[in-house]
Amino acid sequence: MLRLIAFRCLFAFATLWVVSLVVFLAVELLPGDACEAFLGQMAQGQRLENCRVEHRLNESAHVRYLAWAEGLAQGDLGNSIKRSKPLENVIGPRFRNTLILGLTAAALGIPLAIFLGVLAALWRDKRADLLISSAAIFFMTIPEFITGTLLISFFSVYLGWLPGIVIMRVDAPISEVFTQIGLPVLTLMLVMVAHIMRMVRTSMIDVLASDFVMMSELKGLSRTRQVLRHALPNALLPAINLIALNIAWLMGGVLVVEVVFNYPGIGRLSVNAIADRDFPLVQALALLMASIYVGLNLMADIATLLLNPKLRTRQGAPL
Amino acid sequence: MIRHPLLMALLRSPSGRIGLGLVLFHCGLALIAPLIVPYDFNAQSEVLDAMGPSLQHWAGLDTLGRDVLTRTFLGGRQALLVTVFGTIMAITWGSFLGMVAGLKGGRLDELIMRTVDTFLAIPFMIFLLLIIASFGNEPLVMILTLGFFYGIGVVRLARAATLDEVVKDYVQSARARGESTLSIVLKEILPNVRDVLLVESAMRWSWMLLAFSALSFLGFGVTPPTPDWGLMIANARIYMPLAPWPVLAPMIALSSLIIGINLVADALAKALGLDRTQARTL
Amino acid sequence: MTALLRLEKVCVGYQSADGEPVLLVNEADLTLDPGETLGVVGESGCGKSTLLLSIMGHYKPGLKRLSGSVLFEGQDPDQASVEALQRLRGGGMALIPQNAGQALTPTLKISAQMVEALQLHSEVPAAHWKNKSIELFERVQLPSPEKLLDRYPHELSGGQQQRVAIAMALAGSPRLLLLDEPTTGLDVTTQAQVLQLLSEISETTQTAMVFVSHDIGVIAKTCQKIAVMYAGEIIEAGTQETVMDQPGHPYTQALLASVPRLGQASLPDGIRGRLPESLGAPKDSCAFEARCGFSEAVCRTQKPDVIDVKGHLIKCSRQSSIAPFQLPNSSPRAVLEGFEPERKVVLAVRDLALTYQSTGPIKRWLYGAPEPVVADVSLELRQGQTLGLVGESGSGKSSILRTLAGLQPGLRGMATFLNQHDLLIPVGRRSPEVLRKIQLVFQNPDASLNPRRTIRDIIERPLRLYFNYSAPERSAEAYDLMDSVQLPRDYLDRFPGQLSGGERQRVAIARALAAKPDLLLCDEITSALDVSVQASMMQLLTELKSKRQLTVLFVSHDLPVVGALADHVAILRNGRICEAGATQEIFEQPAHPYTRELLAAVLSHR
Repeated sequence: MLRLIAFRCLFAFATLWVVSLVVFLAVELLPGDACEAFLGQMAQGQRLENCRVEHRLNESAHVRYLAWAEGLAQGDLGNSIKRSKPLENVIGPRFRNTLILGLTAAALGIPLAIFLGVLAALWRDKRADLLISSAAIFFMTIPEFITGTLLISFFSVYLGWLPGIVIMRVDAPISEVFTQIGLPVLTLMLVMVAHIMRMVRTSMIDVLASDFVMMSELKGLSRTRQVLRHALPNALLPAINLIALNIAWLMGGVLVVEVVFNYPGIGRLSVNAIADRDFPLVQALALLMASIYVGLNLMADIATLLLNPKLRTRQGAPL
Repeated sequence: MIRHPLLMALLRSPSGRIGLGLVLFHCGLALIAPLIVPYDFNAQSEVLDAMGPSLQHWAGLDTLGRDVLTRTFLGGRQALLVTVFGTIMAITWGSFLGMVAGLKGGRLDELIMRTVDTFLAIPFMIFLLLIIASFGNEPLVMILTLGFFYGIGVVRLARAATLDEVVKDYVQSARARGESTLSIVLKEILPNVRDVLLVESAMRWSWMLLAFSALSFLGFGVTPPTPDWGLMIANARIYMPLAPWPVLAPMIALSSLIIGINLVADALAKALGLDRTQARTL
Repeated sequence: MTALLRLEKVCVGYQSADGEPVLLVNEADLTLDPGETLGVVGESGCGKSTLLLSIMGHYKPGLKRLSGSVLFEGQDPDQASVEALQRLRGGGMALIPQNAGQALTPTLKISAQMVEALQLHSEVPAAHWKNKSIELFERVQLPSPEKLLDRYPHELSGGQQQRVAIAMALAGSPRLLLLDEPTTGLDVTTQAQVLQLLSEISETTQTAMVFVSHDIGVIAKTCQKIAVMYAGEIIEAGTQETVMDQPGHPYTQALLASVPRLGQASLPDGIRGRLPESLGAPKDSCAFEARCGFSEAVCRTQKPDVIDVKGHLIKCSRQSSIAPFQLPNSSPRAVLEGFEPERKVVLAVRDLALTYQSTGPIKRWLYGAPEPVVADVSLELRQGQTLGLVGESGSGKSSILRTLAGLQPGLRGMATFLNQHDLLIPVGRRSPEVLRKIQLVFQNPDASLNPRRTIRDIIERPLRLYFNYSAPERSAEAYDLMDSVQLPRDYLDRFPGQLSGGERQRVAIARALAAKPDLLLCDEITSALDVSVQASMMQLLTELKSKRQLTVLFVSHDLPVVGALADHVAILRNGRICEAGATQEIFEQPAHPYTRELLAAVLSHR
C-alpha cells in the first residue's frame, strides 16, 4: 500500500510540474511580453528596456523557465513587476489571510454539511428534507457576489451586527482578522455547505438502500446504530474525494468573495494582478492555487486509501 | 422519439414547470428585448441621479440616470449568447473525448485522463481572467475559453458513464463484430449515456452562467456601457443602502434564470432516474 | 404442539394509483413446527423473497402487508413494538441473506460484525465474545477462524462469506432460520458443502428453517416440506416425498420436467408462454392457466379450489384429471455420436495461456507480476461438434472464450481457426471474414442487447455489416431468423425492455446466427435464465444445431446442461484442463478426481 501512496505523491508532483509548464507557456503565448503588457501604453524606449533587463526577458523561453523553476524549488518566486519586490512578500501575508478565511469556512461548514446531509437523507422527501434541499439549491445557484452583497446590506447596513466591507491592513494580527471575517466566511459557507450537503445526502440515500444496511436492520440493530456504524462510514468514503474537489473549487469562489468584501487575500490579489498585467505575480499565484488543489486532492486520495478497507488489500487474499 | 416523454415528465413536476417557465421566459426576453425596451440603454435622463420606481421608469433609474428596466431586460443577452454556445461546445467536445476514452481504454484512456486531471488542477478563474485580459472580451473569445474549460469536467463525466456501459455485453458484442470505434460511440454508447449528458448540460449551463456573471462582476465581462447583470450589480452595489433598485433588478433577473435552469436540471435528473452525486468543479 | 410459525392468507403488495391492490404475495398459507424445514421454490418473480422477508416484518420500500396474519410464537411482527422487533430479528429468527458479500458491511471487520450479533442476542459476556465467535466459525467449518475475524468482508471468498453469514445468524441461537437463496452464486462443490452444513445444523439444534430457492434440487435435498410458488401464490405444498414423486399441480410437474438431469436421454421440457405482464392484480382465474396444458373453461372463470390430499395441498380445479408425473421423454438429445475424422477442424488451440489484467510496467511495479490464470489449454473442435467447456467461477472459461473472440489478449500459445487464421490477434486486427465467421452470445440477457434500439435494428446489424443485402432481402432474413428462434415476427418493432429474459436471449442467438457463422461461442447463455426458460432454450439450441449444422463452443458451470447439449466436454479447473473427451464417457466414467467431485456434487441433489 505504501507503494500506492508513493505513486500518488509522485503523480501529484508530476501534475504540478506540468501545470507549471502550462502556466508558463500560457503567459508566454499571450500577446506581448510581460513588460509590454504591464507598461501598456508606456511600453517604449528606455523604460521598456530597463524593465526587460530587470526581468530577464531578453533571454529565450526555456532558459527563463528553468530559472523560474529553479527559483521556485528554492522558494524564490521572483519579483513583481509592479511593486519591484520579491513576490513572497507580496503573496505571503495575503496567503495567510485567505487561508484563515478558507479554513474557518471549512472547519465550520463541513461538519454542518454532513449533519444536514444525513438528516436530509434520513427524512427523505419529508418536510425536513424538502426544507434543507430547497435551501441548498437556492444557495448553490445564487452567485457568491449576490449572496455577499445581500448579506452586507442585511447584516451590516440594516442590522449593524457585523462589519461589512473589510478594512484591515494586509498584515493585521490574527485576532483582528477574526473580527472581520464574519460575513465573508458566512458567504463562503453558504455555498459550500449547500454543495457538500447534497453530495452527502445522495451518497447516504444510496447507502441506506444497500444490502448491508438492510441486513443490519434485520439483525435487530437500532436505527441509530445502523446509521452511525454501518451507513455513515460507507456514505462518507466516496464523499471525501468530492469534498476535496469542492474545497478546491472554493478558490474560484474566494476570488469573488474577496473582491466583494475587499478582503486582502490572494483572491483579490489575483484580480488586481491581472488587471495590472503583473505577469510574474500572476504566474506565481496560479501555481500556488494549483498546488493547493493538488495538495488537497492528494490528501483526499490518501485518506480514502487509508480508510477504505477494500483498497488496502486485494480481494480474495489467501488466509 | 424519446423527447416527448421527457418533456412530459418535466412538465409533470411542479418544480420542472416553474424552471422551464423561467428559462423560456428569459430566452424569449433576451431575443425580443431590443424590440420592447422603452428607452435606449445608454440614454441618461436629465435627472442624472438614481431614483426609485415611477410610472415612467418602472424600475427606477441608476446612478447615471439610465433606465434600470431597459438595462435589466437587455442585461442577459450577452450572458445567454456566450453561455448557450459555450455549453454546446463544452458538451460536444467533452462528451466525445470522454466516450472515446471510456471505450478505448488502455493507454489512450490513461493519457486523456491524466491530461484532464492536470487541467483540472489549473485555477481556471485566473486563467479565464488572464485570457480575457489579453485577448479581449468579445463573445467569441469567451465562448471558446469557457467552452474549453468547462468541457474538461464533461470528459470525466462522459467517461464514467461510458465505462458503465462498456462493460455491458451489447458493447462487447459490437466490439466482437468488429464495429469501428466511431460507430460504437455513436450507435451504442451515445443513445445510452444521452440522459446523463442531458442533465449535465443543464448543470454546466448554470455553472457557466455563474462564471460569466462573476467575470462581468469583476469587470472582465462586457465592455461598458453595454448592460450586463453582473456589471450592473458591481457598479451599483456601493450605493445599495440608498438606491437598491439598480442592484435588485439585475439580481432578481440573474437569480431567477439560474434557479430556473437548476430546477429544470433537477427535474430532468429525477425524471430520468439519475440521482447522481455531482460535484461543481468547473 | 402449537406451530412455531403460522401464515394465514398473507397478502403483500401495494395500492396502485387507481386504488386497485397489486399483490406480490397472494393469500399465502404456511405452517411450520419447531425443527421443521420448509422449502419455498419458484422461478423469478414468484414472490418468494417477498414472502420470506414478510415473516420478519420487513417490506421493500413501497410494499406492505395488505391483509392476512403472520404469527411467530404467537406474535405478529407487524404489531410488535420497535424494541420487540429488534429483539426478534437476529434473536428468535435470523436471516441468512442471498448475497453475503453484499450483506456484510464493507467498512467493519468480521469480528466487529460478529460481536454485534452476540452482544444483542446472546447471553455471552463481553470477555467471551472472541471465543464464542471462533466456536461458531468452527461450527460452520471455516478455516483459520482467528485470522478470519481480523479480516474485512471483501477479503473472503464467496463461500467463506456465506459461512460467516450463517455463523452470524446462529449467534443468537434462533428458533427459526430464514434463508434467501443462500447458495446462489457459489460453486457447485461449495454449494454442496454449505447445504450439508445447513442440514446438519437443522438436525442437531432442532432449528426450524424456511429455505427459499429457485433450484428445486437444492430444496429437495435439504427440506422436509416443500411449497411451490407461482405468480405470488402457493400452488402446491406437501412433504418433500409427495411433492417430488407425485406432484399434483401442472406447474410443479412442468417445473420438475424442465430440470436437466445427468444421464437423461431426453432434453428437459420448457413451459410455453411467459409470466403475465400485469402480475399482481388479483383475478378470478387461475394464475397459471394461460400456460397450462390441462386448462379448461373453469380455470379461466373462477379461482382454483384448494384440494387437500392427506396434508398435500394443491391449488388446481382440474386436479382430478391430471395425469401422474413422468420424466420428459419427448425431445431426444441431438448429440453427435461417433466422431468422423474427415470432418474439418474448425478450431485448434494449443497450450494457450492468459492473464486477467493488462501488464503495463507501472501496474507491475504496483501490484506485482500477474500470474497466468489460464495455462496449457489445448482444445480441438470439428465441424458440427459441440464442445462443452465446464468449470466453476474463476476457472478461466469465460476468459478463454473472450480471447478466442478477440476481446482479450492472449499471453502465449496458439489458437487457429479453420487451419488458416490466427485467433490470438485482437478484434481490431482481424479480417472481416474471421469477424463474421465467429460469433459470440453472452450470458446476461439484460445487458447483451442495446436497450435503445429495436429488435429489428439489433438483428439487422450483422446483416448490414457483413453482407450486401438490399433492404427487402434484409427484411426477409430478419423474418427468417425470428422464425428460427421461435419468436413472433411483430417483436421486431419492439425494444428489448419489452421482452422477457428468455426472449431477449433468443434475439441474441438470432443476432449471432444472422452472420451465418462457422463457429458459435456461447458464454453461459443459459445460466441467467429460470430453469423452465433454460429448458426451452436448450431445446431451441439443439434444433438449431441440427438444422444449421452449427459448430458450438459452449461454456457453462452447469454439468447437466452441458451433458445434454455437448458431445465432447473439457473440464477446466483453475485455468487448466484436467480432463477432456466424449461427454458420455467422461460423465459415466470420470477419471480425474475433480471431475468426480463435480459429478458427485450434482448428483447428490438431483
